[in-house]
Amino acid sequence: METDLKLIDENGRRLDGRRPDELRPLRIEAGVLRRADGSAYVEWGLNKIYAAVYGPRECHPRHLQNPQRALVQCRYNMASFSVGDRKRPGPDRRSQEISKIISEALEHVVFTEFFPRTSIDVYIEVVEANAGTRCAGLTAASVALADAGVPMKGLVASCAAGKVANTVVLDLTKEEDNFGQADIPFGLVPRTGEIVLLQMDGDLSIEEFTQGVEMATRACHQIHELQKEALRRRYGVAAGEQLAAGPEEAA
Amino acid sequence: MSETAPARPAARELVLPGEALEAKGLRPGAGVFSDGRQLYASVLGIRSVRNNALHIVPLVGRYIPVPGDEVIGKIIDVMSSSWLVDIHSPYPAPLHTDEVPWRVEFGETHKFMQVGDAILCRVASVDEVKRVRVTMQDYGLRKLQGGLLVEIPHSKVPRVIGKNGSMIGLLKTGTQCRIIVGQNGRIWLDGELDHVLLAVQAIRLIEAEAHRLGLTEKVKALLAAGPAPTPR
Amino acid sequence: MAEYSPVADIKRDHILKLIGKGVRPDGRRLDEQRPLDVETGIISSAEGSARVRLGNTQVLVGIKMSVGEPFADTPDRGVLTTNAELIPMASETFETGPPGEEAIEIARVVDRAIREGQAIDLKALCLEPGKAVWILFVDIHVLDYDGNLFDAATIGALAALMTTKVPAKQFERGEDFKLPLLHQPVACTAVKIDGSVLVDPTFDEESIAAARLTVATVETGHLCAMQKGHGGSFRFEEVLHIVEVARKMGEQIRSRLAQEAS
Repeated sequence: METDLKLIDENGRRLDGRRPDELRPLRIEAGVLRRADGSAYVEWGLNKIYAAVYGPRECHPRHLQNPQRALVQCRYNMASFSVGDRKRPGPDRRSQEISKIISEALEHVVFTEFFPRTSIDVYIEVVEANAGTRCAGLTAASVALADAGVPMKGLVASCAAGKVANTVVLDLTKEEDNFGQADIPFGLVPRTGEIVLLQMDGDLSIEEFTQGVEMATRACHQIHELQKEALRRRYGVAAGEQLAAGPEEAA
Repeated sequence: MSETAPARPAARELVLPGEALEAKGLRPGAGVFSDGRQLYASVLGIRSVRNNALHIVPLVGRYIPVPGDEVIGKIIDVMSSSWLVDIHSPYPAPLHTDEVPWRVEFGETHKFMQVGDAILCRVASVDEVKRVRVTMQDYGLRKLQGGLLVEIPHSKVPRVIGKNGSMIGLLKTGTQCRIIVGQNGRIWLDGELDHVLLAVQAIRLIEAEAHRLGLTEKVKALLAAGPAPTPR
Repeated sequence: MAEYSPVADIKRDHILKLIGKGVRPDGRRLDEQRPLDVETGIISSAEGSARVRLGNTQVLVGIKMSVGEPFADTPDRGVLTTNAELIPMASETFETGPPGEEAIEIARVVDRAIREGQAIDLKALCLEPGKAVWILFVDIHVLDYDGNLFDAATIGALAALMTTKVPAKQFERGEDFKLPLLHQPVACTAVKIDGSVLVDPTFDEESIAAARLTVATVETGHLCAMQKGHGGSFRFEEVLHIVEVARKMGEQIRSRLAQEAS
């Protein structure tokens, strides 16, 4: 798409004033819903996203049960009022694809072999969207899984990079996504450096792609700290606060 | 115990999934995994060391059945020679007619227990694919009539029981209620209505503050205040 | 439809004992509402929005508007459409898929309250009679389910409407303006359990209720919508009691919303 908008100005600043490698304001809260086993809420730029986890629980439909491991079934959905032009309720092909790649990203870190024949159901609801919702959703889902006590190798943090006005940038907004030249949704296990979500569309040289991935990787480490803080706050604990592990050890 | 006492060696920090753990000479226990060089936590919880192994005591999560555990189940289905029991874990457990204290003829199961009944039973076995069987054939196991059922995360059960049963003893004497705590996080209470409500309040307090220091004093204070009068 | 999950008899008996003493598991009186929290204007992609917390029940309502053709039988009025999503995140009893009968009933009852209560001045939403009118979508998104979606959704819808701006500029129809409202319908739901009437039921109370009644009133004290649910029945005195509670509660909620929307 063409635009007269100056996506990057003479000082290297973007439409919202950010530098190319800056994240939008990001806030994470764990344990926001009562019924779900685990939950999280993320506000990322103008994105507002809930994630909820039920499970491990009996796998439905039964014919999908795996006798050796749990299934991780993610359902990503956008509320009809989450976008400028109202979206018809219900899954469309884009939502189904995103559900699939997020399930796969999470499957990699969950110790699924501990819960054969069950399903770990992850629900992601986008109630307000402004680009980067799959990354924000995966980031939220990871916190929700920890909040539900699901055993994992580590948390997953996710953020997109892209190219706008011939410059590699981090964390695109809706305008940048619409008028930009490339988009790289990216998800990482910060502890190990394993990439569990990776997509790309647009036009990028290999150097530009590498730059984008490096930017996204650094951002994921920042995001990981926010995820951990959210979980600590949820359990009412400041880092370093001492707790009792059990009745033998406390009054 | 005074809350102003210096941090005792037994108190621990909250750990998150993927966090590296200091583990000189310790083996990995529950909630801990190794990548060959280093131990890490797999669940959100508190470090605990027992028998030279490093465990994480989870703060949340579903109950995973362990043979021998006494649990409180709910009947969710009735078949001709068995019932299906929900024990608040990812796996429902079948209960066969030869595992109950009565003689049950084929097709007569509904005469003894129906959907919605609560029972005290024991986890008899768990196989490699986590198929669980429960039994009621043991001293004390029975159908639970009357009373009230309360659910807490199973990770808080040790706190409700307390060291050598000290906390549950406090609850029983402080409320004059009969209280049975299932390992799966379900608790059955019976007694005078006002006292049962007080006991539930105390249990919710324990649930909220399970891993903080000074809990016993708070519970004592709550019980000492006595039951609130029911509004008219 | 989701499978029926029985509340253990023990829980049911306990609830009945408490009701006999005039109190409920959470300590409320029989005619008491749970704490209510309403936030408006939280979704900037929507023309109007509200998040309602009623006890542990949490509902999000978004208002979207566009320009379209009116219905043939009302060529000079705007079009109102209400939809409810009972998403699986909100409860293990909700399934994925198109709205089931529960979601449809909630949407239709909320719609009835807004439409019959004449909340919106639909005539003022006419652009060219017979050709172009404003179309208004009320989308109800349930996030956390602990009973009484009817009340949470209706309060959310009204709060969202009260802060809705018609996006005229975007559709080249002049300057944006506040959605013209006429009345303020508020719903109040009660259930009947073993002969007692309980207002604002939780999930557990709904599960063992024999019958349910939702009553919507407007600021004049008149009724604008009603819906009975579940298989059981009400005596007329019980209905009048609920109507009276609904009227009082409606007044309280309207003044709350007036504060929040200002």
